[in-house]
Amino acid sequence: MALDLPFIWAAIIAFAVLAYVILDGFDLGVGILFPFFDAKHDRDVMMNSVAPVWDGNETWLVLGGGGLLAVFPLAYATILPALYAPLITMLLALIFRGVAFEYRWRSKPAERLWDGAFAGGSTVAAFCQGVALGALVQGIPVVNRAYAGGWWDWLTPFSIATGFAVLVGYALLGATWLVMRTSGDLAARARRFAFATALLTVLAMACVSLWTPFLKPDYLDRWFRYPTAIFSVIVPLLVIGCLMVLLNGLKTKHDSRPFLAALGLFVLAYAGIGISFYPYIVPTSVTIWDAAGPDKSLAFLLVGAAVLVPAILAYTAYAYWVFRGKVNPEEGYH
Amino acid sequence: MFDNFDATMLARIQFAFTVSFHIIFPAFSIGLASYLAVLEGLHLWTKKPVYIELFDFWKTIFAMAFGMGVVSGIVMSYQFGTNWSVFSDKAGPVIGPLMGYEVLSAFFLEAGFLGVMLFGRKRVGPALHFFATLMVALGTLMSAIWILAVNSWMQTPAGFAVNDVGQFVPVDWWAVIFNPSFPYRFVHMVMAAYLTTALVVGAVGGYHLLRRTAPLRAGTMFSMAMGMISVVAPLQILAGDAHGLNTLEHQPVKVMAMEGHYDSHPDGAPLILFGLPNPQEKRIDYAVEIPKLSSLILKHDLNAPLSGLDTVPDELEPPVTVVFWSFRVMVGLGFAMLGLGLWSLYCRFRHTLYQASGLHRLAVVMGPAGFVAVLAGWITTEVGRQPYTVYGQLLTAQSISPVSAPAVASSLIAFIIVYFLVFGAGTFYILRLMGRLPRDPDGHLGQGPIRTAGITPASGLADGHAAHSVSHAHSHGGARHGA
Repeated sequence: MALDLPFIWAAIIAFAVLAYVILDGFDLGVGILFPFFDAKHDRDVMMNSVAPVWDGNETWLVLGGGGLLAVFPLAYATILPALYAPLITMLLALIFRGVAFEYRWRSKPAERLWDGAFAGGSTVAAFCQGVALGALVQGIPVVNRAYAGGWWDWLTPFSIATGFAVLVGYALLGATWLVMRTSGDLAARARRFAFATALLTVLAMACVSLWTPFLKPDYLDRWFRYPTAIFSVIVPLLVIGCLMVLLNGLKTKHDSRPFLAALGLFVLAYAGIGISFYPYIVPTSVTIWDAAGPDKSLAFLLVGAAVLVPAILAYTAYAYWVFRGKVNPEEGYH
Repeated sequence: MFDNFDATMLARIQFAFTVSFHIIFPAFSIGLASYLAVLEGLHLWTKKPVYIELFDFWKTIFAMAFGMGVVSGIVMSYQFGTNWSVFSDKAGPVIGPLMGYEVLSAFFLEAGFLGVMLFGRKRVGPALHFFATLMVALGTLMSAIWILAVNSWMQTPAGFAVNDVGQFVPVDWWAVIFNPSFPYRFVHMVMAAYLTTALVVGAVGGYHLLRRTAPLRAGTMFSMAMGMISVVAPLQILAGDAHGLNTLEHQPVKVMAMEGHYDSHPDGAPLILFGLPNPQEKRIDYAVEIPKLSSLILKHDLNAPLSGLDTVPDELEPPVTVVFWSFRVMVGLGFAMLGLGLWSLYCRFRHTLYQASGLHRLAVVMGPAGFVAVLAGWITTEVGRQPYTVYGQLLTAQSISPVSAPAVASSLIAFIIVYFLVFGAGTFYILRLMGRLPRDPDGHLGQGPIRTAGITPASGLADGHAAHSVSHAHSHGGARHGA
C-alpha cells in the first residue's frame, strides 16, 4: 500500500503551525502584557523568562513557511500573495520584538524605547497573525495556479475579529506562563490578567465559532451534519472543561495548571479550524492533494523529518528542562 | 520615490536589499560560532582563564548578531511567496525540500542550543555547555550547506525534469544537491565567512592592542585572527580561482561580464584591470589591460580564444557595469587580506606581532573588509546570472507574483526604513560592545602557569609586555575607557 504522502505532510505542517502558535504564543503574550507591568524589575524577569527559548519558538514559523514551500508549493504561492499586507506587517513587527531581546540590555537611555518595540512588535505580530488566520478561513480565490483576489480582500470585519481573538488568546498564554514561571507580586498580577484574558478568550472563541459556519456553505455543512457534527457538540464541552480547570487553577494558585489548560484551549480551537478546513489547504480553492508537490519531493523530506523532528522535540524539551522553575531575577548574562 | 519602476524591478530591489542585509549576519555568525567553539575548547583543554574571558566577550556580540540574523532570515523565508510566487510554485518541489532540511537540521539546532549556550553554563556544567556551543557552530555550517545547495542549483540546475504544469520536479536528489557549482560555492562561502570573522576579531584585537588596556586578551585574539587570515586568505584566492573556472564552464556569460569582455578575442583575451564600462557603446572606456592574461588565467593558454558578449543576444546579457565593478572590489579586497596575512606572518616570525602598531592600524581599517567582499561577491554572482532566476530555465521576469507595483513599493519603503533603524542601532550596539573589552585582571600578569609556560604567543606576550601595560594603566589612574 502506498503512503498518502500529502496527507502525512498536511498533518506534519499542521503540527508545526500548532507548535508555533502555542510556543511563540506565550512569548508574544509576555510582550503583549509588557505595557501593564511598568517596574523595571518586573520587565527584566518577564523578558528573562522567555529569552532562552524565544528563537527556538520562532523557528516553528520558519518550518511552517519553509515546509509549505517544500511540500505544498501551490499553497505557498497563493496564500502568501493573498495575505501580503498582514504578513509583511507581521514580519516587520517580529523584527522589532526579536531584536529587543538583545538591544534592551545594551542601551540604558533607550531601554524604554526597546521595551516599546518589544511590546508593540509582539502586539502587532499577534494581531496580524489573527487577521491572516481570519482571511484564510474566509477563503482565497485561486485561478490558473495564482491568487485571483484583490489586495484588500483580507480586510473584513471577520478577520479583524479573529485578529483580536488571537491577541487576547496570546495574552492568556503569556499571563499563565508568567503565573508558572514567576513569583510574588508579579505572579499575583499575572494571575489577575490570566483571569480576565481567559474569559475574553473563551468569549472570542464563541463569537468566531458562531460566525464561521455562516461564511461559507461548506463550513455550515461541516458543522451541522453527521458525523462531523459530533465535534460541534464535543468541542464546546471540552472548552468549558478547560476553562473550569484554568479558573480553578488560578483560584487555588496552582503554578502550571492554568498554563496547561490554556494550551488545551488553543489545541481545541485549532482542531475546530482544522475540521472546518479539511481537505482544503487553501479554503475553499485548493485541496491538500492539488497543492502537493511530486511524491519524490515529499518522500525525500519525509525521511529527514521522521528522524529530525523527534530529535528537535527531544532537545527542545531538554532546553525547557534546563530553564525550568521560577525565574531567578539575578540570572542571565547581561 | 519608485515611480519609474515596474513591479518586477521593485521586487528585485526588495529582494536584493533584504538579502544583502541578511547575509551580513550569517557571514559573521558562521565564523564566530566556530571561533566560540575553539575558544571554549581551548579553555577546557588548557584551563587558561583568558580563553573563557574572550568567550564571554564574543558571546554577547554573537547573541546580537545572531538575533539580527534570525529576524532578517524569517523575512527571507516568506519573501519567496509574497513577491516571487510563480518561482515558488515552479521551483518549490526542488528547492523547497532543501530549505526544509535547512530548517530541520540547522535552524532548530542553532536555536535549541543557543539558549543553553548564552544563559545556561551554570545550570548544565562545562562539558554539556561546550556541547551546546558545538551544536550551535554545527548548525551554522549545516545551514550554509543547504542554502548554498539551493542557490547553486538555481545557478547551475541539474537532476530535474519539468512536469505538465510547468513545475521543476526532482529526478535525482544527489545531482540536485551536488550540482556542478555547489562544491565551489560552498568552499568559497565558508572560507569567506571565516575570513570575515577573522578580520572583525583582528580589528577588535588590534584596536585594543593600540589602547593597551588589556594586552593579554587583545593579543590573544589578535594572534588567533591573524593566524587564521594568514592561512585562509591564500586558500581563498585559490578557491576563488577554481570557482571562476567552474563559472566559465557553466555560466560563461557571467564571466564575460566580470571580465568586461564585450568583444570576442579569437587569439588571446586581455585581462582588463580597470576601466569604465560603457554599456551604450558596448566597450570598456579607458581600459588598463594586460594582453592575453585573461586567456592565461581562464584557459591556461596565452592564445586561447575567448568569446565575448557580442555572441549573446542583448536581452540575455547581465548588467555589465555592476558585475564588472563588484568583481573587482571582491578581488581587490581578497588580495588586501592576503597582504595583511603576509605582514602578520612577517611580524610573527620577528616576534613583533604585539608591538607592530602599523599592523594593528591596518587590521582595524580592514575590520569591515570581509563584509564588503562578501557583498561584492554575492552581487557578482547574483547580478551576473541575470536575466534568469533558474539559470537558462526560468526568466526573472516570469518568476514574479501577480503583485502590483504600489504594493511592492510600499513594502520596500517599509523594509528600508525599518532595516536602517533596527540594524543601524544593532550595529551601533555591537561596535560599542566591541569597544568595551574589560582590562586584564592583575592575576594574569602575576604568578602562575601563564607566565612560565612561554610556548603560546599569548603567554609570550604576558611575559614581554606585562610590566609595560601595568605602568600604562597606572599612569592613566584607572580612567574609564568607555565607547
